[in-house]
Amino acid sequence: MSGLIEQQRFMCSIGAMQSVVAIPRALPILHSGPGCGTMVAGFFERSTGYSGGYTAPCTNFSETEVIFGGVQKLENLIRHSYKVLDSDLQVVLTGCTASIVGDDVGQVVRQFVDEGKPIVYADTPGFKYTNYEAHSVIVNAIIDQYTDRFNEERKLKASLEPRDAKLVNLFASIPYQDPFWKGNLSEYKRLIEGIGLKVQILFGPHAQGVAEWQNIPQANFNVLISPWYGQDIVKHLEEKYDQPYFQFPYIPIGGNETTRFLRELALYANEHGAELDSGAVESFIKKEEETFYEEIDNLATFLLEFRYGLPGYVHILHDASYVLGMAKFLLHETGIVPKELFITDKTPEEYQQNILDISAGISDKKKIPLYFQPDAGLAQATILAANHEGRGLIIGSGWDKDVARKKNCDFLSASLPSPYRLVMTTGYAGYRGGLRLIEDIYNQALSTYR
Amino acid sequence: MTTVNLKAASVPVRETRLGSITGFTGTAEELVGQARKGCLKEKNRSFSQCLGCSTSNAACTLILIQDAAVISHGPVGCAGCLHEYAFTYRVNGVHRNVFEPTERRIFSTNMDERDTVYGGVQKLEDAIHEVHRRVHPKAIFVITTCASGIIGDDVETTANEAEDELGIPVVAVFCEGFRSKIWTSGFDAGYHGIARKLIKKAEKKQEDLINIVNFWGADFIGGWFKRLGLRANYLTPFATVEQIAASSEAVATMQVCATLGSYLGASLEQEFGVPEIKVSPPYGIVQTQRWFRELGRLTNRAEAVEVFLREEEEKWLPEIETLREKLKGKTAYVTAGASHGHSLLALLRELGMKPQGAAIFHHDPLYDNGEVAADTLQNVVNDYGDIKHYNVCNKQEFELVNVLNRLRPDILLARHGGMTLWGAKFGIPSLLIGDEHFGMGYQGLVQYGKRILDTMENDEFVKNFEKHAVNPYTKWWLEQDAYTFLEK
Repeated sequence: MSGLIEQQRFMCSIGAMQSVVAIPRALPILHSGPGCGTMVAGFFERSTGYSGGYTAPCTNFSETEVIFGGVQKLENLIRHSYKVLDSDLQVVLTGCTASIVGDDVGQVVRQFVDEGKPIVYADTPGFKYTNYEAHSVIVNAIIDQYTDRFNEERKLKASLEPRDAKLVNLFASIPYQDPFWKGNLSEYKRLIEGIGLKVQILFGPHAQGVAEWQNIPQANFNVLISPWYGQDIVKHLEEKYDQPYFQFPYIPIGGNETTRFLRELALYANEHGAELDSGAVESFIKKEEETFYEEIDNLATFLLEFRYGLPGYVHILHDASYVLGMAKFLLHETGIVPKELFITDKTPEEYQQNILDISAGISDKKKIPLYFQPDAGLAQATILAANHEGRGLIIGSGWDKDVARKKNCDFLSASLPSPYRLVMTTGYAGYRGGLRLIEDIYNQALSTYR
Repeated sequence: MTTVNLKAASVPVRETRLGSITGFTGTAEELVGQARKGCLKEKNRSFSQCLGCSTSNAACTLILIQDAAVISHGPVGCAGCLHEYAFTYRVNGVHRNVFEPTERRIFSTNMDERDTVYGGVQKLEDAIHEVHRRVHPKAIFVITTCASGIIGDDVETTANEAEDELGIPVVAVFCEGFRSKIWTSGFDAGYHGIARKLIKKAEKKQEDLINIVNFWGADFIGGWFKRLGLRANYLTPFATVEQIAASSEAVATMQVCATLGSYLGASLEQEFGVPEIKVSPPYGIVQTQRWFRELGRLTNRAEAVEVFLREEEEKWLPEIETLREKLKGKTAYVTAGASHGHSLLALLRELGMKPQGAAIFHHDPLYDNGEVAADTLQNVVNDYGDIKHYNVCNKQEFELVNVLNRLRPDILLARHGGMTLWGAKFGIPSLLIGDEHFGMGYQGLVQYGKRILDTMENDEFVKNFEKHAVNPYTKWWLEQDAYTFLEK
């Protein structure tokens, strides 16, 4: 196996600088080659945040540093970064060059830590991880080197505050790699607070900046919404702070799965002493479901009777969380039947069986083929060779627009890179996300009639 | 002086080949003077932000070739932004008569940690074969990255062996990011690969064919050439491998931007006998006349060119005059790559505006053809006088932010993405024009002038944006000299 990848839908480790960019007033500092920052900005498009993209300080590793090391240059860079840019947290990320030549970045960063600066570093050479994995590396680095300092201080205080039984930390959408991360996080926040918990979402405009990161250990437990990425974070927190975690293994979209998510979460929370009012939880869910199904009810005539043609089946090319979540939603709540599905996030082998088990339960009646295929060129070849009756839909990245055209399918751009679509605060998670996904799919289909 | 050696696998970067620099603060005249005296000296910065990378600039010369495939040999991230070229190809194809654009096939060898220990050559060899099987391209380019460069993979031998087996050019293009602070070195790397493996020795000449080294702008030039009985051979975006191979049959080569085409122009002249037009490209009236007359001389069309210039003048001068009146005395600041930035300065002067200064990404004391007459900055200074506050700054946003805050020009002209944002955040009307052909000739002067007027007139958006924009730069920094961190 050559390992070749055509039409990549993810980045290398340093792409996870976007996780830093997503923390309010955090500053990524790159100890890397000159192109890494712009390469990342180019992959994610329109997403430089407070200080990403060209704004990020970078040592711009050159031949001199390859030979003599770049530690001194990094020290200067960090020192001057404080003068030029305002930030609440700095995260130093290393690229391939710095890692190969073996610069001791930790030693440089420790100097600034000793001066009391809120700075951490993470080893993120491109050849080591994908950005899906590196997201956990960065989050854990912040926990170990930043959050933990506050926890130690807290322990030293005489009046140690107990943990808040109703407070949880949420780890779900990977910022920017999930184009709907902002919308999804805000819907999760709404839902989780709706059943009576409090939640720190850590990233994006609805998070409380570094204060939430300092407060991570005060949560009763962690919530992970993902089949695999992010597991290293919640496991790390379990080990470090003895914080248990609740995992929901795919993005809950629409009525069925969002209700399932909330009920399971409420049950878990109460098993861990949150003392949620079960009646209030159920009445929240009931209200939400009513709102959701009122729309489905209104739409049903259209879905059942539109006589000029609507998509009847779908291929999804996305990360594991979306492929599972969308397939369940589309089959059960809109009647679009999933056909060959492709997980393009380079899922590590150890997690694949569990995902296959979940996918086997998407339908009780039929088996839906699911492939782990980071090489999207091959995924497309499979789609091109497949033959299904009726009108098809492809949900994928901008790369898939051509395949959709060739197959005469409707096309919804929902994964990166996505140059044909603009996403700001749209989310696909939860009850509201489900309705939005329906709008997007059928608007695409209807826009073909003119 | 000759800088072209097609026998070597790689082309030296601009710093060593041309003595180019990325740090300077002074006036344009001083810079040109230092370059002429050969005493230009690189200055380093003790604070810097993300630059660009040779690998993406090499990719930019290669990915848009119609029937070739590109493999990035490195970690998957090093091909991360290349999808942008796939979009460009699709969107701009129609401007170049590519009405059914095919997908761009962009691959990564996806180098992992094991490869950095044991080497990635086997992976590359497999990749080349797999790409050949999938795409059946007419040529395969392998672009290198920091990781494959540092571990020392023998990409050249791998490519050559695959070429023998597959019977198509398999071209190793050496463009590791760490080798150069001047990312345009990537253009040179791409063109070096093209010149040494794609372009064939000419068997015959096509007397009306002119090579135009350019990016992906609209085909204005083709229309002008038609009136002169000439044909444009655009290189290399949207060209076919065959068309590139035959570029040696052209009678001349022009560049729309010497920063881009310096090396290919010189290669075509020195190795394939195609003379290069060694004056600045036709931006601004003075230069347009000079350029077209040189074209006329090289193609034996001196009289036709005079007729052409007269017709253009009659058609456009009245409008140019009107624009000059409206724009007179308006101030502007320019940030751009080197040669095209110089062209923009010429345009501003032609329109009667006052360039307050410029932040230009690098400076080449001379281009690969070695001709003093080809120095685009010198030509601007000679034609229009000195430019104060002429700074060389390789896209260091913090310096630009500082300068803009101080100067507050009536308009910011930018050639590269990411820079107009900072004009807008200060409420300065900011204009980026992607199409490098847009400002050419008499017509271009009118087109540009109108866009500048329009941008300054419709400033409601930037004025509102200024009130709400987030600025991460410290107050301290905005009060310092912009070149505080540049070596003295």
